[in-house]
Amino acid sequence: MGRKLLLEKAHVEGIRTYEVYRREGGYRSVEKALKMAPADIVEEVKKSGLRGRGGAGFPTGMKWSFIAKPEGIPRHLVCNADESEPGTFKDRYLMEFIPHLLIEGMIVSSFALGSNASYIYIRGEYAWVAEILENAIAEARQNGWLGKNIQGSGFDCEMYVHRGAGAYICGEETALIESLEGKRGNPRIKPPFPAIKGAWERPTVVNNVETLAAVVPIMNIGGEEYAKIGVGKSTGTKLISACGNINKPGIYEIDMTISVEEFIFSEEYCGGIPNGKKLKACIPGGSSVPILPQNLLLTTAKGEKRMMNYESLSDGGFATGSMMGSGGFIVLDEDQCVVRHTMTLARFYHHESCGQCSPCREGTGWMERVLKNIETGKGKMSDIDLLWDIQRKIEGNTICPLGDAAAWPIAAAIRHFRDEFEWHIKNPEEAQRRNYGLAHYADPIHVPTPPVTA
Amino acid sequence: MADEVKAPPANFKVTIDNITIEVAPGTTILTAAREIGGDVTPPAMCFYSKLQGSGGKCRTCLVEVAAGSTADPRPMPKLVASCRTTVMDGMIVKNITSDKVKDARAGVVEFLLLNHPLDCPICDQAGECHLQDLGYEHGKEGTRYEFPRRTFEKEDIGPYIQLHMTRCILCYRCTYVADQLTDKRVHGILDRGEHAEISTYISKAIENDFSGNMIDVCPVGALTDKTFRFKNRVWFTKPVDAHRNCENPKCCGKTTLWLRGEEVFRVTARKDQWGEVQSFDGKPGWICNTCRFDKKETKDWTIEGPTLINRHSVIAQGHYVGVIKPKETLQEVMGGREPLLLMDIHDVSEVNKLNIDLSKIQGPAHSNDFNK
Repeated sequence: MGRKLLLEKAHVEGIRTYEVYRREGGYRSVEKALKMAPADIVEEVKKSGLRGRGGAGFPTGMKWSFIAKPEGIPRHLVCNADESEPGTFKDRYLMEFIPHLLIEGMIVSSFALGSNASYIYIRGEYAWVAEILENAIAEARQNGWLGKNIQGSGFDCEMYVHRGAGAYICGEETALIESLEGKRGNPRIKPPFPAIKGAWERPTVVNNVETLAAVVPIMNIGGEEYAKIGVGKSTGTKLISACGNINKPGIYEIDMTISVEEFIFSEEYCGGIPNGKKLKACIPGGSSVPILPQNLLLTTAKGEKRMMNYESLSDGGFATGSMMGSGGFIVLDEDQCVVRHTMTLARFYHHESCGQCSPCREGTGWMERVLKNIETGKGKMSDIDLLWDIQRKIEGNTICPLGDAAAWPIAAAIRHFRDEFEWHIKNPEEAQRRNYGLAHYADPIHVPTPPVTA
Repeated sequence: MADEVKAPPANFKVTIDNITIEVAPGTTILTAAREIGGDVTPPAMCFYSKLQGSGGKCRTCLVEVAAGSTADPRPMPKLVASCRTTVMDGMIVKNITSDKVKDARAGVVEFLLLNHPLDCPICDQAGECHLQDLGYEHGKEGTRYEFPRRTFEKEDIGPYIQLHMTRCILCYRCTYVADQLTDKRVHGILDRGEHAEISTYISKAIENDFSGNMIDVCPVGALTDKTFRFKNRVWFTKPVDAHRNCENPKCCGKTTLWLRGEEVFRVTARKDQWGEVQSFDGKPGWICNTCRFDKKETKDWTIEGPTLINRHSVIAQGHYVGVIKPKETLQEVMGGREPLLLMDIHDVSEVNKLNIDLSKIQGPAHSNDFNK
C-alpha cells in the first residue's frame, strides 16, 4: 500500500467539519507557513518537485516563481475546480470529503503568492460541492483562518467560491479568468500569460484543486521529504480516478511507483476487469490524452513495464505512449468499440468548442460527423485519411489546448486501431451487430533489439 | 542570464521570408510584414489594426518562427498567429517559404469555407470580399465536406443593416466596433462552438450613429448595407473619393462614393490596401450613419477624384479614362449569330482577350490560355 498524503483522513467521521479536521491535525501547515517568508514557501514547493495535477504537469514551484510582483497591484490565486474532463472526478472527491484540505492549501498558497483575495472557480454542475466549500470557508473564517489578520500574522486573505455555468472550456486557465471576470468564457491569446496579466489585468496564478491540496502535506513533511516519494520527476502522490470496465472504480491515491498492470489488476486498486473479460485499451489520463491498446499500455515500446507516472506514461511520445494528464483512468474491455468510443469523445469536443478560432470551431464538428458516418455504417475508406488530415490541421493551430485535446484522441485511435476502423467500413452491417473484439491488440509488440556492435 | 543588461536597440531587426526589415519594438509580425508588403504579408481575416483586441481568432495569419531572437535563437514549437505575436530582435519568420505554414493555411481556409454558403453570385460583398480573395489565393479548388452546412435566418439589426449569419466567419470585428466606437455595446456572440452567432440582445436593434462601420469591418457578406442590398454589383459601380463637412464631431467625413453615372449607390469609409479603414491625422476614418446612409446624392459631396483601386481587383476593371472598347467578337465566335442576351462582360473581366479565339481552345478554357 502506497503512502497516502491527501486522502489519509478522508474517511474519518465528520472530517468535513472544522472541529474534526482541526483535531486530526488540520491547519498545521498554515501555522507553520505564516512563520515563514513567502519566498521560502515557494522554495519549499520547488524542492518538492510538485507538478501541476490538472493535466499539463508543469512544475508548480516554477509557475509560482513566474508571478509578476509590480508595486501596488494586487495579485490573485485562483483554484481551478472546473473539473470537466470526461473520466476525471478526483477534485470533486477531494472537495466533497475534505473541503478544509483545499482551503488550507489555498491559504498557504495565497500567503506564498501574496494574494489577498483568492477564488475557487467551481463548475456549475458541482452545485452541492460549492455549498460544502462555502460552509467550510465560513467555518474557517469563524475560527480566524480567513479574513483580516489571520492568526495574528498581519496577513489578510478572503476566499470566494465562484460557480461556473458548465462549460468545459472554462477549465482552460485564461477562459476561466474571463469567466471569473463575468465575461464570455473565451480563452485569451497568450502572451500575456496570467502570471503577468490575469484576472482584472493583475498577476494571477491558476492551480488545480489537487495541486493546491498537495501544498498541505508538502508544508507538513517538508519539500525534500515529499520529493522522496515517487520516482524521478514524478514526486509525491497522485489521485487517479479510475472508471470504465473495472471491478472497483473510484479514486485511488498512488505514489507513482506502481505499474499500470498492477494498478488495473491488483485487488488493492481497480481489481481487474469484470466478468472475466480481457483488457483491450485504456485512456490513462482523462479523455484528451491518447488511447493505448493493451500491448502498448502495459509495456513501453522499449519492452519495459509501463509505470503509473508522468515519465513512463509518456514514454515513446505520442507514437507509442500517452500522458499522465489529469488522472482520469478509463479502461475499455474487449467488448468495447473504439470507433464508437472515439465518436463519443469527438461529440464531446464538438459540443464544448468555444467557437472562437476557426480550426477548432469547424473541425471538431466535421470530425464528429465523419466518425458518426463510420460508426453507423456509412463510412468510406477515405474517411480515415480525411480524419487524420483534419486532426492534423487542428492540432497546434488553435488558440488554446482544446483543439489539441480534440485532435489527440482521434489521432491515437486511428494510429493504434486503424484496422478496427477499416473493419467498420468494410463490414458496415456486421459492425452494427457485433464488435471487433480484442483482435490483436494484446499481442506482444515486436521490440527492436539494438544491433550488436563488434 | 547575462550579467550586463544591455540597453535594448531602438529598432528590432526581423527577417520575414529572407527579407530583413527594422521595426520598432512592440510591432507585431503581421505589421512588420505589411511594411514589406507583397506576398510576404500573411492574410488576416479577423485582425483589424484599428480595433483594439482584434486578431488571433481566424488563424489564417499563422507563421513559422524559425528563430525566436538573437538572444534565444530557438524556434517556436508551434505556428504562431502573426497578428498577435510581437517581434524580437533577430527573429526569423517564415511565411510563404514554409511548407508547414502553407499547409496549415490551406487547412484554415478549408475550415473557414466549411460552413460558408459560397453564395457569392447573390452576395453583395462579392468583388470586395476578403474570404473570396483568401479562398482564391490560399485555398483548394474543392471541399471534402459532405454534410449539410450550418444555416441561420436572416436578421435585420436596425433599419440600415442586415445580418446574414450563415456567411459569418466569426471574426468578432463587428463586436469590437460596437464596443470601441459606440457608447454602449448592444451586440455580441451568443452560444458557442459551431452554433455561435453574432446577435443583438434579444432582437434589439443596433441604434447608434456609428453602427454602419460594422459593415465596413465585416470581411465577408454577413453584415450588409440595406440601402445597397441587391442594387448593384460593386464592380459595376465607380468608386470616387469624396468628403463633406459632417456635423458629427467623431465622423471624419472622408468617404468613398460608389457611383453609377450620377447616382450614388453606396457610401463607405475609405479603405487602405489591407481593406481597413484609412487613418487621417493618426485617427481611423470612421464615418457616421448620416454620411453613410442618408447622403445619397452627389450634391451632398465634394468629389476629390477617382479612388485608387488595386489593378488586380475586379472593381478596377475598365472604369476610367483611356479605356478602349474592345472589338466585338461575339458574332465571329458564334458563327455570325447575335446572342439572345448580351452582357457586357468586357467591362468586368480582362480574361476575354481579343487575340484569343475561345472556340479554338480545346476543352474548357483555363487561365493559362489567357496568359500566353
